[in-house]
Amino acid sequence: MRGSFCAGLVELSRRRPFLFLTGDLGFMALEPLQAALGDRFVNAGVAEQNMVSVAAGAASVGEQCWTYSIAPFIYGRPFEQIRNDVCLHDMDVKLVGNGGGYGYGVMGATHHALEDYGVLLTLQNMRVYLPAFADDVAPILERMADDPHPAYLRLGRCEKPAGLALGAYAPWRRLLEGKAGVLVVAGPNAGTILALARELSPIERPEVWVVSELPFETPPKACLDRIRRTGALFVVEEHVRQGGVGQMLAHALMTQGVGPRTFRHFHAAGYPSGLYGSQAFHRAESGIDARAVLAEIGQMVPA
Amino acid sequence: MDDAGYFPGSALAMIKARLLKMHFDARVGHIGGNLSCIDAVAHLHLQVMLEDDVFVLSKGHAAGALYATLWATGDITEAELLSYYKDGTHLAAHPAARWNRRIRFGTGSLGHGLGLATGVAFAKRLRHEAGTTYCLMGDGECQEGSIWEAAAFAQHHGLSNLVCLVDANGWQGFGRTGEVGGAAPLAGRFRALGLQVEEIGGHSSTALDLALRRRSEGPLVVVLDTVKGHGVSFMEDRMEWHYLPMSPDQYDLALQELEAA
Repeated sequence: MRGSFCAGLVELSRRRPFLFLTGDLGFMALEPLQAALGDRFVNAGVAEQNMVSVAAGAASVGEQCWTYSIAPFIYGRPFEQIRNDVCLHDMDVKLVGNGGGYGYGVMGATHHALEDYGVLLTLQNMRVYLPAFADDVAPILERMADDPHPAYLRLGRCEKPAGLALGAYAPWRRLLEGKAGVLVVAGPNAGTILALARELSPIERPEVWVVSELPFETPPKACLDRIRRTGALFVVEEHVRQGGVGQMLAHALMTQGVGPRTFRHFHAAGYPSGLYGSQAFHRAESGIDARAVLAEIGQMVPA
Repeated sequence: MDDAGYFPGSALAMIKARLLKMHFDARVGHIGGNLSCIDAVAHLHLQVMLEDDVFVLSKGHAAGALYATLWATGDITEAELLSYYKDGTHLAAHPAARWNRRIRFGTGSLGHGLGLATGVAFAKRLRHEAGTTYCLMGDGECQEGSIWEAAAFAQHHGLSNLVCLVDANGWQGFGRTGEVGGAAPLAGRFRALGLQVEEIGGHSSTALDLALRRRSEGPLVVVLDTVKGHGVSFMEDRMEWHYLPMSPDQYDLALQELEAA
């Protein structure tokens, strides 16, 4: 997705000025953006707190600012700067984190972002964007640019199945029909889950939805109706349980008096074995890999 | 400035008297750190700053000095000032954001102001906009690492439209700055980053004017040698006046001393 992100911002820069600050990251990725932006591309160095404060200060003058780093470094280290300087002032500052969830794999826990959007969504005026596919990035950038408020963009690795024809981007999309309950996925894991679910018959598989914008008050009516009808809801996200999509969705359903008989939240478990590996390794340890998710759904909702 | 009855004499004396009254009426502290910087805050706003200039109060606990000054410039009304510390006020103990054009940023957590001011200065230069951005910090505040991130950024980008003032009153929350945070001179730390530094008597408007005139290329740091609780004998250079409210007798005595000064 990083390539789509760079290309999308280059395209955006042709239509509107903005300031881009990176925390010393972007080698072999952001050079085209650097060339396109000139003096509006700033390497702010290994100083994320200052990068965010500078962005807030520049936004107060009227500059839309995009800040970029590896995901945990853009929301963890400068959290108070995000809270006070950006969100309390409702500044037009965008935070872009590359490698959401276990995206940085064997780089280790310090480079993972398992609580990013949960943490950020506790802040005022903040919106979160979770592209599931590389094709989502350009329309999401447009939406972020058009909304002059704080926002966080969590980038990952595109896992779009070969041959999948995606419809137009929307915050909620139904990717696959199925009878075995409703499965809501956040983030790129949707692609791998979709690829495996397509191999199952409609009776054996859940209806697969992907959600890409947070927070939400309610799922769309079509999704809600299917949850009501099937009585089974499953949520998958590469994020810890607290503050994630699962809790948000459960709250939304409770508020509307919708109570599925079956509910299972598949979420990041951290590092249960104390061992490290690829993104796939950590997904498997958490039980959020496609095979484990669909197998458990198959047991909970027998065909 | 529709209430000139508190104190005769200069605008600065009136601002100081009003600062004391605000704190006495509200029965609150933070007076010492307000009195150490109010000379600089008031002088900048009354005599130095132009319409395009921006002021960032990084040491947000000196909000009283800023409020009293902005009352004197007409940017805060008498009614607003009377609401200081009360329910439903805009005038919290630390400046709140988004209600007054002269208070661009809400501050209070230390170490944020210089980064914000640097961002303002950077963007204004990028957009070819006029104006100098002034940022006032405390010396204890300079223990925050974000200050040095910002100072390095400002120096690297040669932001000659940025002036950073440090209210060096020698005290912080629970001790003397030299005892808590190390004795290395602040001016030397900023100079080591390649910044121009001027060290002046922090209660002299003339010295401040001269320091600002000596500004050359890049950002300027002015270290203000100040006294906590300046102008009130029983408050001067005493840590407790970071916290204590004044009794009626202390308030009367403080006003008398400021009047006699």
